[in-house]
This record gives sequence, structure tokens and C-alpha cells, in this order.
Amino acid sequence: MAEEKIPVLETKSLGIQFGGLKAVNDVNIEIYKGELIGLIGPNGAGKTTIFNLITGIYTPTTGSYILCGKRMNGLKTHQVVEAGIARTFQNIRLFKKMTVLENVKVAFNKNMKANLMQSIFRTPYFWKEEEETTEKAMELLKLFKLDGFADQFAENLPYGKQRLLEIARALATDMKLLLLDEPAAGMNPVETAELKESIKMLREKFGIPILLIEHDMSLVMSICERIYVLNFGEILASGTPDEIAGNKEVIEAYLGKEDEDEGGDV
Amino acid sequence: MPKIIRKKLLINIIAVVMMFLLLCILFDTELLGRKAAYFNGLVTIGMFYTIIVCSLNLLTGYMGEFSLGHAGFMSIGAYASAIGTTLISNRTELPDIVLYIIAIIIGGMAAAIVGVLVGIPALRLSGDYLCIVTVAVAEIVRVILSNVGIEEITGNATFGKSFAGIARVSDYHYVFITMIICIAVMYSYIRSRYGRALISIREDRIAAAASGINVTKTKVLTFTISAAFAGVAGAIYAHYITTLVPTYFNFSKSSEFLAIVILGGSGSMTGSIIAAPILSALPQLISYVFPDFASYRMLIYAVVLVVVMIFKPTGLFGGKEFSLSDLILKPKSKKTQVLSQKVNQE
Ligand SMILES: Nc1ncnc2c1ncn2[C@@H]1O[C@H](COP(=O)(O)OP(=O)(O)O)[C@@H](O)[C@H]1O
Ligand SMILES: [Mg+2]
Repeated sequence: MAEEKIPVLETKSLGIQFGGLKAVNDVNIEIYKGELIGLIGPNGAGKTTIFNLITGIYTPTTGSYILCGKRMNGLKTHQVVEAGIARTFQNIRLFKKMTVLENVKVAFNKNMKANLMQSIFRTPYFWKEEEETTEKAMELLKLFKLDGFADQFAENLPYGKQRLLEIARALATDMKLLLLDEPAAGMNPVETAELKESIKMLREKFGIPILLIEHDMSLVMSICERIYVLNFGEILASGTPDEIAGNKEVIEAYLGKEDEDEGGDV
Repeated sequence: MPKIIRKKLLINIIAVVMMFLLLCILFDTELLGRKAAYFNGLVTIGMFYTIIVCSLNLLTGYMGEFSLGHAGFMSIGAYASAIGTTLISNRTELPDIVLYIIAIIIGGMAAAIVGVLVGIPALRLSGDYLCIVTVAVAEIVRVILSNVGIEEITGNATFGKSFAGIARVSDYHYVFITMIICIAVMYSYIRSRYGRALISIREDRIAAAASGINVTKTKVLTFTISAAFAGVAGAIYAHYITTLVPTYFNFSKSSEFLAIVILGGSGSMTGSIIAAPILSALPQLISYVFPDFASYRMLIYAVVLVVVMIFKPTGLFGGKEFSLSDLILKPKSKKTQVLSQKVNQE
């Protein structure tokens, strides 16, 4: 992977301060084409905050982040998505009172071209584009075996399927980089195994790089190529799963503390 | 256009034409006798109420934000169009229909322009700023209209603060067609990628942005459209009532519109279409029988609103739509579905 010169995503001493708290401090992460990178760390370490920084939800107090060579600071969330970063949320954020199909179609919106007049006057182009978008959305749903639920409200899906729908919706934005925030949280072992298959399928089928925040250590260790460990907002260590598993500092700071942290944040 | 949609469209067109014919029979014949004019008025008022209530529902039901100043946008449409048509009528004589169309366009555009100017700063911020801002705007507009010299602009005599002598061109035939067009446009808007974006923002603003939706742009566009239709309703009102007084467009008028939206069902166009004409006519009909009723009207609204909020918080239609075409087409389409499933199995 290292022979690819420009990283898909690069953060340069990225940081944010909430009042006196340095939630994220001097974080340097690099993700190259096709990589699956893990981001781990105890609760409150600042993992989700990094996602919020990269997607323009928070404004960094220091540093910058760069997508395929393009500096992204100052972009609004929808512009970040347009540039090619898609994400899911730790505490599922679906459009609850919209159908499963519509949830995905919303994310296709940025690539749809029917203007206001075409939409209001229902021109042939409007119908054609709607039908094409429905087809594309159904294909995505099929990948996650959600096509059977297309006409149901998103809120009526079982928990594990809601998480998959969020991933499907993120994929519809046609991104260069996918950020997954604890996709296995709250899943039972069967669902987690399904999720693992889905993530593998994503890499094989789309080849998109993924940055994965995950609490389930066995999942992270088994599928990620490289792992960054975050503690108190700072990168404590990075390396292959084996290196991380053998790192003393990490074991002390993170693995040793894991028992106290079972509660998990929502 | 998909076949099923074409069928639905046809059914809806037939229903609309039938309603139009019914109105024609009621008001253009001797059927109602001397009462025809009175009921004609109720129906016309009901129709512009429908437009403004639907436009407000676009905000409360689909965008998830409140406007407590829609009477203000209505007044902008009313005054702008009335000034426009008065100036034109002073110079040339135009057929009613032309004057009416001009009034509608001026009313809608004027309110839309103010809508954009108010919407851009108010909607950039998330939170309930819009509600406060709209109240303020409506009050400012009302105060300005109370003090501005309409007489100096139009050259026509005014009586105190009232703007009289507006051309009476809001014939119910035109108003009916306008109402149908307005409803169709709003409905198409909701059922397009724009409406989908709008509803996704209502459901979860952050997730919508993270799905590539430009939240501010979508909100400003919707607010502008809503304001434009409020302006259209104002233009119809001005050219029906022919005398405008600023006090008509006060806070309690705005609250009345919002109450009707909520009673009909926030997020249900059908609810608004049914609730608006009934609730606009009901007080008048009741005060026909009990002359004192008018003064208790807002009190009764408040009581009804509280009762509805307790027993059916989602309003009459609770975000659902009634579809005549579904009623007619559904049993059939279900059968065909079953058939095609059987074919697939074989
Ligand atoms: N908007 C915010 N305002 C104040 N503090 C915040 C905000 N967002 C996150 N934090 C704080 O930043 C720290 C990191 O949180 P988070 O990124 O959610 O951790 P993680 O995802 O690693 O569990 C926590 O202490 C949290 O309370
Ligand atoms: Mg988190």
C-alpha cells in the first residue's frame, strides 16, 4: 500500500478543544487506497470527535485534514460528502419516518439533476431519473439483504438491520472514503458475523478505504490492516494488529481498562 | 410517467372536474336562490384558507419548523397585489381574468422576495429562530402598513387606515383553479427529490447533511415557496374582500392558520385541505345562528386544540394522506400482485 503516494485521507496535527478539554490533540492519521484501518481506544478517548471533525460537524481548533490532496478545513458537512467522505453514526441516525428505500434515495440526491421546474411539472426526465435512482437504491439494499424491507419505515427495522441500512445509505453518496462509527455496537454475535461479511464484501466489491471505530476487539484485530490507538485525545500507538496486541502501553492504557468500560457510551 | 401514476392522475383530474362542476351548479344556477352569494363567499374564503394552510403545513409538517407570522406574508401579497392592480386599473381597463392573474403573480413574488430575505439569515441557524423571526416580521409589516400612505402611492382615496376600492376580480372559478394548481405544485414538490431532502432534514438534520443534503439551501427554498403561496392567498383575499385593513393580518390570524394545520394533521396535505375550508366556514356558519359566537371563536379554537392535542396529538390525519385513486385502484392492484406472485412461483 505504501507505494501509493497521496493518501486518501491525511490528518495533520488535527485537534479540537471544548472549553478546557483537549478532546482531540495532535492527531496524525494516514489512510491509503484500499486500506481498512481500525481506530480504537477507551470510551471518551475522542474517536467519534475525530469523525465529527473530518465530516465538518465540528471545526478543528488546530491542524487540518486533507482528502486526496485537497485541504478540507472549513467545508460544511454536505460539501465534505460531495468531496467524497461518507459516514455512519455511533448512535444510529436514520430518517425514521421515511421508508428504507427513501433513506437510501436521499443519499443519491446530490447526484440527481432534475431541477425544481422539472420536478414540479413532472417531466419525462424527472420520472426517468426517479426510476433509475430507485433501481440503484434497490441494488444497494440487495447487497445488504434489505430489499425485502424497502417499503417499511426505517424505525421498524430490527436493530442490526438499521446499522446495515446506515451503511447502505452512506454508500449511496458515492464516496472515496467510508467512516464507520462502532457499527457492531449493540449487535448480537450473529449480526456481528453478518456485519463482518458485509465489510469484507464492501472491500472486495468497491475497494473503498474504510476507517473503522470499533469496540469489538476480535472484529478489529481480525479484519483491519493497521490500527490507531487513541487515548485521552492523542494517538498512543499505531501499527498492525499484532504490533498493537503486543504493545505494553496499549495493554496498560486500553486493554487493562476495558473491564471498567463495559458500559459503553451511546 | 409510470402507468399507475397516469391512472391516479386521471382519477384525480376527474374528481377535481366534478367538484368544479358541483360548484358551478350551486352558484351559477338559481339553486341556492338569494343565499348563493353568501355561500359563494364562504367557499372563496375556504379556498384561499386552503392555500395558505397548505403552505404553512409545508413548513410545520415537512420541514419541522413553525411560522407564527404567515398572516404577515399574506398581508405582503395582499397589499403588493392590490397596489399593483389599482395602479394598473387607474391607467387602463383590463379584463378581470388578466387583472386576477397579475394580482396573483405580484402577490406571490412580493411575498417570496421577503421570504428569501428573511429566510437566509433565520434558517442558517438551527433551532427555533424561524418561529420568533416570523412573528417579528409579521408585526413589523403590520406596523409599516398601518403607517404607510397607500393614498399617496395609488392616488385613490383611503378611509382611515383602510385600503379600499380594490378591483373585485377573485371570482370563485379562478380561485378554484388557482387553489388546485397551488396544491398540485406543493404536492409535486414534496414528492420529488426536493421534498425527500426536506423530510430527511425534519427527521435528522445531521444525518441529512452527512448524506449530502444542503440543509440551509433546502430550508430557504421551502420557506420561500411557502411564503410565495401565502402571498398568493393574500392576493386572492385582497381582490375578494376589496378593502384591506392591517389589523386583519395580526398575530391571532397567524395562530389561527397554525391551529388549522395542527388540527388537520401536521405533515398531511389532505388534513389541511379538509380542515381549512371547514374551520374557516364553521365560525361564520355558527355566528349565523348565534350572533355572539364571533367573540368566542379563538377561545373555542384553543379548547378544541387542547382537546385534540390530548386525544390525537397528530391531528385529524396524523401525517397520513387520503388518496381517492388508491381507494379505487388498490383492490385491483392487490389482485394483480397476487397473480404475478403466482406466475413467479410457477
Ligand atoms: N460537543 C462537545 N462538547 C463538549 N465536549 C465534547 C463534545 N463532543 C465530545 N466531547 C467530549 O470529548 C471527549 C471525547 O468524546 P468522543 O469523541 O465521543 O469519545 P469516543 O467516541 O472515543 O468514545 C469526551 O470527553 C466528550 O465528553
Ligand atoms: Mg464514540
